[in-house]
Amino acid sequence: MPEVPIDIAHVAKLARLPLTAEEAERFSAQFGRLFEFIRELQALDVEHVHPTAQVIPLHNVLRADEIRPCLDHDAALQNAPATEGPYFKMPRILE
Amino acid sequence: MNTGHEIRDAIARHEMTALEAAEMALAAIAATEPRLQAYLQLMPERALARAREIDAAIARGQDVGLLAGVPVAVKDLFCTQGVRTTAGSKILANFVPPYSATVVRRLEAQGAIIVGKTNMDEFAMGSSCENSAFKATHNPWSIEDVPGGSSGGSAATVGARCVPIAFGTDTGGSIREPASFCGIVGVKPTYGRVSRYGIVAFASSLDQAGPMTVDVRDSADALEAIAGYDPMDSTSANVDVPHYAGRLREDLKGVRIGIVSEFDESIAADKAMHALYQRAYEDLRALGAELVTVSLPHAKYGLATYYLIAPAEASSNLARYDGARYGLRVDGPDVFSMFDATRAAGFGPEVKRRVILGTYALSSGYYDAYYVRAQKVRTLMKKDFDEAFERCDVIACPAVSCPPFQLGAKSQDPVAMYLMDYFTIPMSLAGIPAMSVPAGYVDELPVGLQLVAPAFEEGRMLGVAHAYEQATRHAWARTPMVYAGEGDAA
Repeated sequence: MPEVPIDIAHVAKLARLPLTAEEAERFSAQFGRLFEFIRELQALDVEHVHPTAQVIPLHNVLRADEIRPCLDHDAALQNAPATEGPYFKMPRILE
Repeated sequence: MNTGHEIRDAIARHEMTALEAAEMALAAIAATEPRLQAYLQLMPERALARAREIDAAIARGQDVGLLAGVPVAVKDLFCTQGVRTTAGSKILANFVPPYSATVVRRLEAQGAIIVGKTNMDEFAMGSSCENSAFKATHNPWSIEDVPGGSSGGSAATVGARCVPIAFGTDTGGSIREPASFCGIVGVKPTYGRVSRYGIVAFASSLDQAGPMTVDVRDSADALEAIAGYDPMDSTSANVDVPHYAGRLREDLKGVRIGIVSEFDESIAADKAMHALYQRAYEDLRALGAELVTVSLPHAKYGLATYYLIAPAEASSNLARYDGARYGLRVDGPDVFSMFDATRAAGFGPEVKRRVILGTYALSSGYYDAYYVRAQKVRTLMKKDFDEAFERCDVIACPAVSCPPFQLGAKSQDPVAMYLMDYFTIPMSLAGIPAMSVPAGYVDELPVGLQLVAPAFEEGRMLGVAHAYEQATRHAWARTPMVYAGEGDAA
């Protein structure tokens, strides 16, 4: 069984994605196989290589600071699971 | 169903109407859909109304655009104003976008008739279309096989000749692999060539939309229709869009084609696949191309690099699905239990797997070891291509390692599924254009040749693909099985 470095319960908490015990066990085994590939990257010498975050040479793309037409309230709220007046309605976060 | 350009030209010559073209497409879909399951939603009323508008505009003598009257389908992650857009996920099962993607708006502005939204792996994560939360799509050439993924519905409906043109997205191979599996042309443009505005995001530094078509000419026209700068996508490139159809070639005299030595070794174990690709390279040579050997020494690290970068970006993009503003909400006693319950119920297994993996790669203590290291290897991979293109104009290589496989054959083995993108991932990481064009059949099933060009050289790539397609005509050599037993189709 290959080494699996992931503390799945901790990561699931970070991701706000609770897993069942069955899911956690299955993912753990599957990540084990994937990390056989991922570990090969550790053998490469990349100390002096610049990381590529994106491939096209664009930097600081800005737009003019002007008021433009945008979605109206009704359109913005049309998919909301719960609304109250012109607002998205959420469960209480303060006692 | 003819090609898109044949339909457009026939309509322009008043030999048929846009309405007739739309009705033909809808009839072909109705006949094949029980077996193919390519669509999540059809839009017949909207399509027919739009076709009547095009016919009226033509009657008034108006310029109706590059795709006037051509029936097309779009993957269900392109937002369509007023029409449900699910990205193949339960978490968006009832999402009706209040606006349309730039790709959709440009298609409509060029007169295309959108007939429906096609099935896909959930959030475009998958290589077989089996990760759709709603249903599995079948391969028109072999009904018990997968159509490929993630743009499987788009590939299947074009492969079955229901519509001549459909649109997909490709993050690590999601246009090219299903195009290969369904015997069609599929183009992943340069990153930034096509606006991502209004496309449900998977991995934002990799996602790119492109056409999936019966022939290369249609891909040229369809790409011209959707490409170009869009102020709504700050990563879209402000680079002129050429008239791609003007770049299509009939021969390859003076063209240097690079053959990747590492890929040749990878495919050598499979005799039938190896023979097919050797034959394809010889066909390119016979058209006048000079074949040169090139090396991509870091391509073998593609899978590992991709499965750190893409899930990392996905975990960040998918954080928005929290039940607050749109999509599924599962109530809980407090806001955090609502987030948890919504995401646990709304995401399928593959999405959960990638969100966990991506969150891990970005988490404190592991960020440099995994994510930043992967970004550095991405630089090396890009450099491999830069060096290869000093020696050749276009690279020719396998699109896939095998013909379509049976439904269910790999669905329990994610790493086997990930390996399906072995030949397509390096180009995605380098951000360069790549496409699959039909190259023949193995075990009676279609297989595609991958062609690759430097950034923004889609015209050069399409030119080579056209010469190859016209000389070999593999796409017209056989009839998809979905038509077996109907009329005179064999």
